[in-house]
Amino acid sequence: MTSILTNLFDGVAYGMLLFVLACGLAVTLGLMNFVNLAHGAFAMAGGYICMVLVNRMGWPFFAALPLAFVSSAAIGIALERTLYRHLYARSHLDQVLFTIGLTFMSVAAVDYIQGSSRVFINLPAALQGQFDLFGVGIGRYRLMIVVICGLLTIALQMVLAKSRFGSRLRAAVDDPRAASGLGINVPQVFAFTFAFGCGLAGLGGALSAEILGLDPYFPLKFMIYFLIVVTVGGSSSITGPFLASLLLGIGDVAGKYYVPKMGPFVIYTMMIVILIWRPNGLFGRTAAR
Amino acid sequence: MSASSDVGFHAQRHARWHYGEVAFWLIVLACGFAFPTRYLIMTDILRLALFAMSLDLILGYAGIVSLGHAAFFGVGAYAAGLLALHGIVNEPVLALIVAGLAAMVLGFATSFLVIRGVDLTRLMVTLGIALLLEALAERFSNITGGTDGLQGIEMQPIFGVIPFDMFGKAGFFYSLAVLFLLFLFARRVVHSPFGLSLRAIKNNPLRAAAIGIPVNRRLIAIYTLAAFYAGVAGALFTQTTAIASLDVFAFERSADLMLVLVIGGTGYLYGGLVGAVIFRMLQEVFSTITPQYWQFWIGLVLVVIVLVGRQRLHRWVLYVPNLVIRQIAGRKAVVAVPESDA
Repeated sequence: MTSILTNLFDGVAYGMLLFVLACGLAVTLGLMNFVNLAHGAFAMAGGYICMVLVNRMGWPFFAALPLAFVSSAAIGIALERTLYRHLYARSHLDQVLFTIGLTFMSVAAVDYIQGSSRVFINLPAALQGQFDLFGVGIGRYRLMIVVICGLLTIALQMVLAKSRFGSRLRAAVDDPRAASGLGINVPQVFAFTFAFGCGLAGLGGALSAEILGLDPYFPLKFMIYFLIVVTVGGSSSITGPFLASLLLGIGDVAGKYYVPKMGPFVIYTMMIVILIWRPNGLFGRTAAR
Repeated sequence: MSASSDVGFHAQRHARWHYGEVAFWLIVLACGFAFPTRYLIMTDILRLALFAMSLDLILGYAGIVSLGHAAFFGVGAYAAGLLALHGIVNEPVLALIVAGLAAMVLGFATSFLVIRGVDLTRLMVTLGIALLLEALAERFSNITGGTDGLQGIEMQPIFGVIPFDMFGKAGFFYSLAVLFLLFLFARRVVHSPFGLSLRAIKNNPLRAAAIGIPVNRRLIAIYTLAAFYAGVAGALFTQTTAIASLDVFAFERSADLMLVLVIGGTGYLYGGLVGAVIFRMLQEVFSTITPQYWQFWIGLVLVVIVLVGRQRLHRWVLYVPNLVIRQIAGRKAVVAVPESDA
């Protein structure tokens, strides 16, 4: 019984991590209809920046996390302004080719700079080990992830639903032409959102080094997971991808624990079935227009 | 002249063999005699060319973007490997056809999933199928050999007469013959009314349906055929290298394949062939400069191609040949810019 609850908790932590990693993609892919297969590269950048800051320069872990966010966002906005924005109007094939190219470049570049082996971030002692809560073993690190990601999710939902920027974004997505007619600077809104999504991915990458493992092949290995979150979750709200991430996280952890031999098999089958059954995602209105 | 006979006239003229095409195949054949020390890499190029041709059938002609074409390649590779390993079908040509048919069955079964939904769903489903098969191959390691791959495959002589030699000479000419035969068939298919209807579907599925083309059935047919081609390419891989490992399903293989096709140009059969040659040469050059990091340069090539624009790039490349032809022959350029891309 307790092992089930521990697994459930691990699954939730994993799912929330996936959500933070993938929700930027939900915006680019789901809302802006841009197939960005290089999303994982931004996550990897954040993870490596955090690693260098903590391990090499002796920064405290919690100080390095915001910087991972900021630098990933900066990389994101630089690429968006110079490269990505030329491709919004292109065909999906062009977008796929371009982002695959970027992914390959990032993989080789990180391999060149940091080596191909898996890296670990030195965690403060307070985050290591487990404690018991009513007999359920809870990892401290995972608890921190649940807290951070939970707060982020709530904040995102608030921003999207309540703030002026949120309504601008939703307007820009619903009908870019009408939105720009109303004086909304649509490219700027998209650029900002893109950068923010990249920043979140970077933060997720820094957090995930401990759980998912961080090596130069990160963008390729987890690409499918991000895509699953977005396509299964749909993109009409934050809730869809969030629930999809939780499902995926719990399913993956449970699958690996109870039927270790069938692990990835279950996930891929689930994805294909869901896509066939509801091409616009489980919770989605329009995953792609 | 009525419109329909006009269309027929142009279609027929396109379908005729040009001198350039004959020359192309003669050069390919001549390469087999000119570089007797390079059989292995040339065989590799032929295999890749066949694989790229398969993707061109669905991407260039029918407009289906696939991120998981390696699935069929892998099924063909493992089928050929298992057939040879367990001595089920010993004769390579027969085994090649059986392996192709195995991939074809999978293609037919999955085509129903692929024709549903838009580009994005197709990307995900094709990618998912390839990953699924990779996971399956890893799971049933007692059949596939898991991460070690199939080992100890011994190929019997072709038709029971021509043995595979260690220099790869037989392998090269065998692959060339297979490629040429399948090319002839693909050429016939794309110039047939069936092929023309595929282009109509690619340009506008709704309009194609409105003029009475059974869109879904055509897509299923071409997807199945492409799966057969990819399966044969995979089987050739196993037969000429005598290994089949998990990386036949790898995402990188599907991604590289797209690059091959993009370099060569989509929507005309030679695109895959030309692309395969250029891609392998690029790979050779890059891996001699930076052995471990050639992927970076491949990525850079992809990014540059997309940013410059594929059609513009092809116009540039064809500019000089066309100029020469126009000057010498004094007529309209023979080397045409490939049709608009998917």
